[in-house]
Amino acid sequence: MKTEMRFVAFGGQGIVLAGVMMGEAAIADGKNAVQSQSYGPESRGGAAKSEVIISNEKIDYPMVVQADCLVALSQPGYDKYADEIKPGGTIIVDQDLVDAGQPPEGCAFYSLPFARTADRLGNSIVTNVVVLGSVCSITRVVTRENLAAAVKSNVPSKFAELNLQAFSEGYRIGQEALSGKTAGNK
Amino acid sequence: MKKHRTSPTTDSRYKPARPFNADEFGRVRRILGGKVLFVQGDAAVAYGALLAGCRFFAGYPITPATETSEILSQLMPRVGGVCIQMEDEIASVGAIIGASRAGVKSMTATSGPGFSLMQENIGYAAMTETPCVIVDVQRSGPSTGQPTEGAQGDIMQAKWGSHGDYELIALSPSTVQECLDLTIEAFNLSETYGIPVILLTDGIIGHMREKVVLPEFEEIELTWRREPTKPKEEFQPFLVDSTKIPEMAIFGTGYHTYITGLTHSETGYPATDSQVDHHRLVQRLCDKIRDNRDRIVQVERDYSDGDKDTIGIVSYGVTSRSVNSAVKMLRQDGLKIDHLRLVTNWPFPEKEVAELSERANRIVVPELNLGQVYHGVREAVAGRSEVIPLWKTGGEMHVPHDIVELVKGGVK
Repeated sequence: MKTEMRFVAFGGQGIVLAGVMMGEAAIADGKNAVQSQSYGPESRGGAAKSEVIISNEKIDYPMVVQADCLVALSQPGYDKYADEIKPGGTIIVDQDLVDAGQPPEGCAFYSLPFARTADRLGNSIVTNVVVLGSVCSITRVVTRENLAAAVKSNVPSKFAELNLQAFSEGYRIGQEALSGKTAGNK
Repeated sequence: MKKHRTSPTTDSRYKPARPFNADEFGRVRRILGGKVLFVQGDAAVAYGALLAGCRFFAGYPITPATETSEILSQLMPRVGGVCIQMEDEIASVGAIIGASRAGVKSMTATSGPGFSLMQENIGYAAMTETPCVIVDVQRSGPSTGQPTEGAQGDIMQAKWGSHGDYELIALSPSTVQECLDLTIEAFNLSETYGIPVILLTDGIIGHMREKVVLPEFEEIELTWRREPTKPKEEFQPFLVDSTKIPEMAIFGTGYHTYITGLTHSETGYPATDSQVDHHRLVQRLCDKIRDNRDRIVQVERDYSDGDKDTIGIVSYGVTSRSVNSAVKMLRQDGLKIDHLRLVTNWPFPEKEVAELSERANRIVVPELNLGQVYHGVREAVAGRSEVIPLWKTGGEMHVPHDIVELVKGGVK
C-alpha cells in the first residue's frame, strides 16, 4: 500500500512542516516515508509544495507522480495540481482560500474551514495543524496518536496545547465531513 | 552573554579525537535522540560524521549544504568538538587539513560553487596525504546556477578538479540512510589511505527527509590512521612500507614531521629538482589507491537471470531511485534488465562496468548532467555494447517513465 500526498499553499502557511509531521507519524507507525519540498526564495508568499509518500514497502522514486491526496490552501496551487489527482483520489481544500469550481470527476472532494478554525482558536499560525487533523480523519493514512505526537514534538512547548487543540478540531471537522454533516462537502 | 570558546588549544577539554570507544559513541547516540529518525540528507551527513568520531567542522554556508553546518554548529560543542564558520571555502579545507594533522577527524560541507574554490586545497590534502572528508551537496551549475535545485554535475570535478596526478575516493549515496552510512565510510577510507574523500550528495537528497536507523557501536567499524611505530629519532614522515601508505605522526606528539605541497622526499622536506623523487612520489600517491581498488570500489548489482542479451543501466546517487522504479516496470514487461549502481564514483568501477558489457547489448546511463559518468562507462565498455546517455538538467529527477521509454524505444 503506497499513498502519495501533495500539499500546496503559499510560503508561510506551514505545509512543509505539515509534510514533515505526516512523515514522522508514518515512521512511528512502522511504515516508510519520504518527504520533499519546493518553494521559492521568498520566506512568505511564493508558491510552496510539500510532498509525502508513505508506504509499507521500500520507496524508490521519491517524488509524487499522481497524488492519492491533494491538500490545497492556495488557489494557484489548486489550479495547478487538481487535474493531476489519481482517479478516485481525495482533494481537500480550505473553503475560504480556494474556489474549486467544478472539482475533477471521480474524486472525493472536501472544502473545509481550516483558516477560519485556526482564527477561532486564536492564532492563524495553527492552520496547518487543523489541516493535519482533518487529513488524518479523512484519509486514515497515519494513526491519530502518532500524528498528534509528531505535532507536539515539532512545535515550541508553550504552543503545544494550542496545536493539539487545533489538531483535535481539525480531526473532528474531518470526521463530520466524512459522515456528510458539513455543507459544501462532496 | 554565554562564554564562547575561541581557541580549541586553550580549552582544557580539548584532546585529539582518537578512535573513540563505545562510551563516546553512546553519548553521540543519546544526543541524537531515538534509534529511528525522520531527517534530511544533510542532517544524516552531520550525524554520520559525529558517529564516525569527527570532532572538527569548518565550512562556509551555501544552499543546499547549509543544514549540515547548522546542525554541527549546534551539536559539535555538545560532544567536545569544534565548529567554525570560515571566511570562505578555500580556508575551510585549509582548516580541516590543519585539524586532521593535529589529530582530529575533520570535515567540511559545501555545494558546487564552494567545491570549485576548494580544489586547490584538495590537491594539498592529496599531496600531504592528510585524511579529511569533503561533502559536496551538488546543485545545478556552472557558476552559481540554480541554488535550490539538485544536480550531478560535479562527478568529474571530484576526481580532476585539482591539478597534477593524484587519486582520491568519491562516494554517491542514493538514500538519506546512505548519507549517514557513507559519511562513516568516507571517514574510514580517508583514515585508512591518508587521502581526502569526497561525498557526492545532491540538493534533492540533501533536502529530502527519510527514515534513518542509527547504527549500534558493534555494527560499524571505525578506522584510524596508522600512527608511528618507530622510535622518534628514526621516524620519517613519508617513508612507506609495502602498503605505500605512510604512518602519520600527529603534530605536537613529539615526532618530527613536516608537510608541504611541494614535491618532497621521505623526510617531508622539499625535493623539487629531482625527476626521480617526483615520479616516485606521485606514482605512489596513485598506487596506494589503485593497488587497493578492489577493496575500495563498491557497486550494487540488480541483474536479471541469464548472462547475455540483457539491457544494462548504470546509475549512481539519487538517479538510482528513478532507475529502481523503472527496472521494476521494465521487468513487468518481460525485459531482461541489469542495473549496476555505482556507490563508488572514484576510483571508477571500470572492471564492474566492463563485466556488465559482457552481458548487455546496450547500456543506458541516466544522470543529472550533460554527460559525465557516460564517458567513464564508454571507456570501460570499449565498444562491446552500445552506450546510450539519458541526460537531464534543471533540478528535477528523471521520471521513471522517461527511462522506461528510452529503454523500450531501442528494443527491436
